[in-house]
Amino acid sequence: MIEVPEYSVPLARPKLGSAGKTGFWRTSRPVIDYQKCTKCRLCVIYCVENTIDLMPDMYPRIDYDYCKGCGVCSNVCPHEAITMEPEVK
Amino acid sequence: MTEALRLDNARFLRGNAACPGCPIPKELDTLLSVMGKRTVLVVPASCTSVILGDTRGTPSTVPVIHSAMAASAAIASGVERALRARGEKDFNVVVWAGDGATGDIGFATLSGAAERNENILYVCYDNEAFMNTGIQRSSLTPYGAWTTTTPEGKREFKKPLPLVMMQHRIPYVATASIGYIFDYEQKLRKAKGIKGFRYIHLLSPCPPGWRYDSSLTVEVAKLAVDTGIWPLFEVENGEFRLTSVSKTHLDKSRRKPVEAYLKLQGRFKNLTQEQVQEIQRMVDEMWEEIKALVKK
Repeated sequence: MIEVPEYSVPLARPKLGSAGKTGFWRTSRPVIDYQKCTKCRLCVIYCVENTIDLMPDMYPRIDYDYCKGCGVCSNVCPHEAITMEPEVK
Repeated sequence: MTEALRLDNARFLRGNAACPGCPIPKELDTLLSVMGKRTVLVVPASCTSVILGDTRGTPSTVPVIHSAMAASAAIASGVERALRARGEKDFNVVVWAGDGATGDIGFATLSGAAERNENILYVCYDNEAFMNTGIQRSSLTPYGAWTTTTPEGKREFKKPLPLVMMQHRIPYVATASIGYIFDYEQKLRKAKGIKGFRYIHLLSPCPPGWRYDSSLTVEVAKLAVDTGIWPLFEVENGEFRLTSVSKTHLDKSRRKPVEAYLKLQGRFKNLTQEQVQEIQRMVDEMWEEIKALVKK
């Protein structure tokens, strides 16, 4: 609608990781067991941070740069294919 | 280039300042992907103001106007009229407000804009307290819930805001829950196609404020619907319709007992058995009212 020239005014631009690499917030890491995964995509649909991508082969892949480790994906997975493993052992 | 950076469609970008387990990024992502790039968001002071960040970068791929808490509906009305006066076509003006800015502080402008039937979409994401400032009670906090200003549990009842908006006789009113995300998406699609004031009330669980583990966000949002505490419905031109799983909940035996929802959340842990029964009674009473609305 309204085109604002780049770098003319101090306006916020769309940016991936506007709060930095939020993966550093994580205390436990979701790990997908691809043997158990049935490609139901519930984790992609319900990841509240939108950090799970759907690969061309329809398997989910977690973007660990930005995943905050909330555990929603592991909770919605009907086949228990996603386990939460502690980041610090 | 990753999936999220391809900005051919409006998205809400990852790596924002939302708490782990907060459903707001997902809700906004759904909203933006339905509404498209020609959208203006108006956001009053709320958690979302923090999530949208400062001038170093924003997760939103559409323009955002940060507004004062009480002014959001008035600002959106002005933006919509200004864009129309410029001759723009096919645009959406969306207010994305929390429950405090909708039910308490901004209610006057919301009611005014609804009365004028401004062509805007108002989405209230309801986390049932002033979460951004530290969990103070709002008029949409439910009965019995702990907040920092109601340490013994709230004594008053939750304001039935969707029904209040229904009484404004606007073209479209709907409730939604992030637990039933396709229902929410479908309601956004429907709202996009309607001209006039549209109102969607979206239940948005808050892990720190509701005192539950961040992994349970979707489960809590689903249970709110399954127990009948949060009925999913839409009112289109005065015609009341239950949607999604709530269609079956007119029959009491199909609803789960409210304990299932209450026991997951630390904010309800001090409830006595009598209070739980009181909440169950209130829910049953609400469904009797809904039965009368459906028949009409």
